[in-house]
Amino acid sequence: MALVSIATPPPASSSDGIDLPAPFLDWFASKGWRPRAHQLDLLEKAEAGRSALLIAPTGAGKTLAGFLPTLVDLARRGKAKPGTRKPGVHTLYISPLKALAVDIHRNLSTPVEEMALPVEIETRTGDTPQSRRQRQKLNPPDILLTTPEQLALLLSHKDAERFFSDLRHVVLDELHSLVTSKRGHMLALGLARLHRLCPGLKAIGLSATVSEPDLLRQWLVPQREGGEMADLITVAGGAKPDITILKSKERVPWSGHSARYAMAEVYEAIREHKTTLLFVNTRSQSELLFQELWRINEDNLPIALHHGSLDVSQRRKVEQAMQGNALRAIVATSTLDLGIDWGDVDLVVHVGSPKGASRLAQRIGRANHRMDEASKAILVPANRFEVMECQAALDANYLGAQDTPPLADGALDVLCQHILGTACAEPFRADDLYAEITAAAPYAGLPRAIFDQAVQFVAHGGYALQSYERYARIRLTQDGTWRVSHPSVAQQYRLNCGTIIEAPMLNIRLTRQRKGGPLRGGPVLGKIEEGFIEALAPGDTFLFAGKVLRFEGIHENDCIVSKASDLNAKVPAYAGGKFPTTTYLSEQVRKMLADPSGWDRLPRQVSDWLAIQKAKSLVPSPEQLLVETFPRGNRFYMVAYPFEGRLAHQTLCMLLTRRLERAKARPLGFVASDYAVAIWGLRDMGQMLRRSELSLSGLFDEDMLGDDLEAWLDESYLLKRTFRACATIAGLIEKRHPGREKSGRQMTVSADLIYDVLRTHEPDHILLQATRNDARTGLLDIGRLGDMLSRIKGRIVHKDLEMISPLAVPVMLEIGKETVHGGETSDALMAEAADDLIRDAIGADI
Amino acid sequence: MRAALKTVEQVTAGEALAIDYAESEVLLDPAGAAYFTDDRLLVVSDMHLEKGSSFARRRVFLPPYDTAATLARLAAMAAKYDPSTIVSLGDAFHDDEASERLGDDAIAAIRAIASGRDLVWVTGNHDPSPPEGVPGVSVEMLAFGQTIFRHIAERDETGHEVSGHLHPCARLAREGRAVRRACFASDGVRLVMPSFGVFTGGLNVRDAAYDGLFDASRFRAYMLGTDRVYAVGPKGLIGD
Repeated sequence: MALVSIATPPPASSSDGIDLPAPFLDWFASKGWRPRAHQLDLLEKAEAGRSALLIAPTGAGKTLAGFLPTLVDLARRGKAKPGTRKPGVHTLYISPLKALAVDIHRNLSTPVEEMALPVEIETRTGDTPQSRRQRQKLNPPDILLTTPEQLALLLSHKDAERFFSDLRHVVLDELHSLVTSKRGHMLALGLARLHRLCPGLKAIGLSATVSEPDLLRQWLVPQREGGEMADLITVAGGAKPDITILKSKERVPWSGHSARYAMAEVYEAIREHKTTLLFVNTRSQSELLFQELWRINEDNLPIALHHGSLDVSQRRKVEQAMQGNALRAIVATSTLDLGIDWGDVDLVVHVGSPKGASRLAQRIGRANHRMDEASKAILVPANRFEVMECQAALDANYLGAQDTPPLADGALDVLCQHILGTACAEPFRADDLYAEITAAAPYAGLPRAIFDQAVQFVAHGGYALQSYERYARIRLTQDGTWRVSHPSVAQQYRLNCGTIIEAPMLNIRLTRQRKGGPLRGGPVLGKIEEGFIEALAPGDTFLFAGKVLRFEGIHENDCIVSKASDLNAKVPAYAGGKFPTTTYLSEQVRKMLADPSGWDRLPRQVSDWLAIQKAKSLVPSPEQLLVETFPRGNRFYMVAYPFEGRLAHQTLCMLLTRRLERAKARPLGFVASDYAVAIWGLRDMGQMLRRSELSLSGLFDEDMLGDDLEAWLDESYLLKRTFRACATIAGLIEKRHPGREKSGRQMTVSADLIYDVLRTHEPDHILLQATRNDARTGLLDIGRLGDMLSRIKGRIVHKDLEMISPLAVPVMLEIGKETVHGGETSDALMAEAADDLIRDAIGADI
Repeated sequence: MRAALKTVEQVTAGEALAIDYAESEVLLDPAGAAYFTDDRLLVVSDMHLEKGSSFARRRVFLPPYDTAATLARLAAMAAKYDPSTIVSLGDAFHDDEASERLGDDAIAAIRAIASGRDLVWVTGNHDPSPPEGVPGVSVEMLAFGQTIFRHIAERDETGHEVSGHLHPCARLAREGRAVRRACFASDGVRLVMPSFGVFTGGLNVRDAAYDGLFDASRFRAYMLGTDRVYAVGPKGLIGD
């Protein structure tokens, strides 16, 4: 993202058509640079009043390209003459990360100062002090660098129209990553509003390579007829990265995610390079990897850890050390995914499968910011299926295939929030607002009836039983506009604005153990999900910030821990935030599996494994679903291989278990991996299938997504969690603010209770619609499960085996490692505790 | 706090746990009500009726079905045990004006529940005034046999005392799994009722607010499961 990346000799430019103002020509000349073709192309589009999407690989000078039209325009405009009104914000830059806005500020200031341009640049993020924000509203800078949340807040102010009256450009950075989330939906609605407030506005999107650029092009411009697109400028990729899969001399394990087997080889690679960036998929993996590396770090190489849960000051320290090239290696999660500049990284090691081809490309892009030099990367698969996944991701990287996620329809909870924000700024007419909202690409297909439901929700909860009208937040007035009923509504909106519902987090505070006396004070190591801590009992140990910690208890917002003496943590770290393998990569793995002629590209251990599977059971074709049954111990197992990622598999397991219960197969438990599902029970399911007491086509019929799904959803904690987020974003329940949440817990209303009441009394309420839509793509991945069930219809092959097959080994090894959460286990837990009591207290009066 | 909101059928089907209390049998129902068999007395506490409309006054719009849902559960309890007396142990209403906001359906439901039996409203800190427009008598406390019924437990009380107010709940955690549920809390002398309202949260029995109320060695949390009540000793319980 650094502007200096244009220092390499540029390709031939088509600069003849465009006249850069003199200061620019001089500046380029003084550096010995020439503007790149796409930078001038983008300038030309903007001058012609066009919005545009720029797709370019890392290091192509994307940022300067995005700002060049602004800088040229401002240079021409010159300083405001004394006595005239100082113009408002000229260009709005929006990035997904606060840190990125700060980074851009620094990088943009250099050329502006060197060219002595009359341009003021400022950032506005959640960290900006209130006084500066106030001043910015009265005396705005020319270029404002900000985040989607801040844009929503600015738009909700009464003077929004005036504030944006001089806006000419909006630059949206890392657009590919923004558009896939609810933040993207919020931003799309904000952009639609900007387009209405400033009719000549030019939107410039900056993006990494994506599979369907047309969707992003539509995203940038108002959808009036439908299908309108911004112009497209594509910069061809630089040098092909040099990616290899670690060919380990060690045995590649069957399952697991730690890749511990390869540590010595990874360490050797770190020693051989200047600076290595090690990527993993989850926070817990980063902790493990970091600990393993230090265990063998005989040379005491400076190796650091960086993930989003660590304390900010610790992270800043690591970032500074990194920029100062003081580190040899850094273990990181996705917090470093986005385009921040990280000094001289010459090797990226990806531990575990990247789970997606585009994700691999973006992470490897971190290694090298000079696009004409090949980046170097090593993939370290953690288990044998991951070997195939890594191979598929690597093939895709050479083929240039992209599997960025599809864009979802605009979320309804975000819509509700936006409607309230709009009303806070000024009264609105429903017809006008509907037209404005449907101009935003994610909401282009929004039915009017749903929009009206959303307005009703904002007004007074939108319940069929309209008993809250007298307390309404917004009211339809005589002139046909909706107006905010009370100034406190705007305050409520500002406190709740935003779409990032973090799981409630507690500070981890390290204290010293004291005999007898209470534990007090100590440094904060970072933050951890409340949900994880709630499952711990005092004395349990877990891994965090590279240390094994002993859980002592919770005090207000602090999770009190002490240093544990054991080397191994007892409770496995929370596995949340794991990405499921993308549909594309899954398909490639299925193909690879089905094609023995290509197995020789895989490490010998893996190809041998597949060959034995072929001999002992069966290797399914890419369209088939293989189901194996076999006895083991005193249990009977059914293992299926849909290759659709953990989330869809978990849902599948829940539903299959219900069906098996009905069929009297007496299922006891299940486990789901990215590749397979295993269900075990007391009855021989193979025999049941042979005797036609059970039918696989019936078991895997698509109708499981009907009543069974509905019945399961009643109890699913996953859906409750989804609902909680929707209800908070939509403004039904208030966001928890630090320091307030723990007071009077019995007086608050839990989202779970609201969910239960709503499901019983008003199943079509807009928030339940929003929850179901989210579940489809989110935690339950119902959409993907549905696609799979329809794909395998009539293509299920059953192998009735006498013993476990080679392919089944990995998922069988997961049994016992993964905890199956859910409502069903709660009663069992209480029953166990009650049994303990009876055992302890024989003769006691219970 | 509950496993899930129970339907009227589920509430009826729950299996009560019988305990000895003040020399008589008390049935602890998984719906959160207690039935004193000898006296044919049904006790519920902390219904917080009209909590939804109370929140709506500050523009937080919870689903307006809490009163109907809570009363339906109470009606199911009344049908299940057929008590001669029903005692609401305080905070029946979320605020002091709440009884005036009751809809006609809710008033009719209360009349039906009270029909043919005595209904006693013990006042609570949320509803210190007697409720308006509903049947039943309002009292500050009540003695039934040798047992005292009041909203907030008195620390000086030495005899048998049944109270509410605290919304007790208990938490268990083992091997990375955890459960937190509303419960009856008792040491055999004092009994603290769980809250009966559908929108009510809970306060962990390990909270300081319970200090001095119970004889720790005889303490039991009777946790409300899906269709059973589980008696859990102090050993396995942890704070929030």
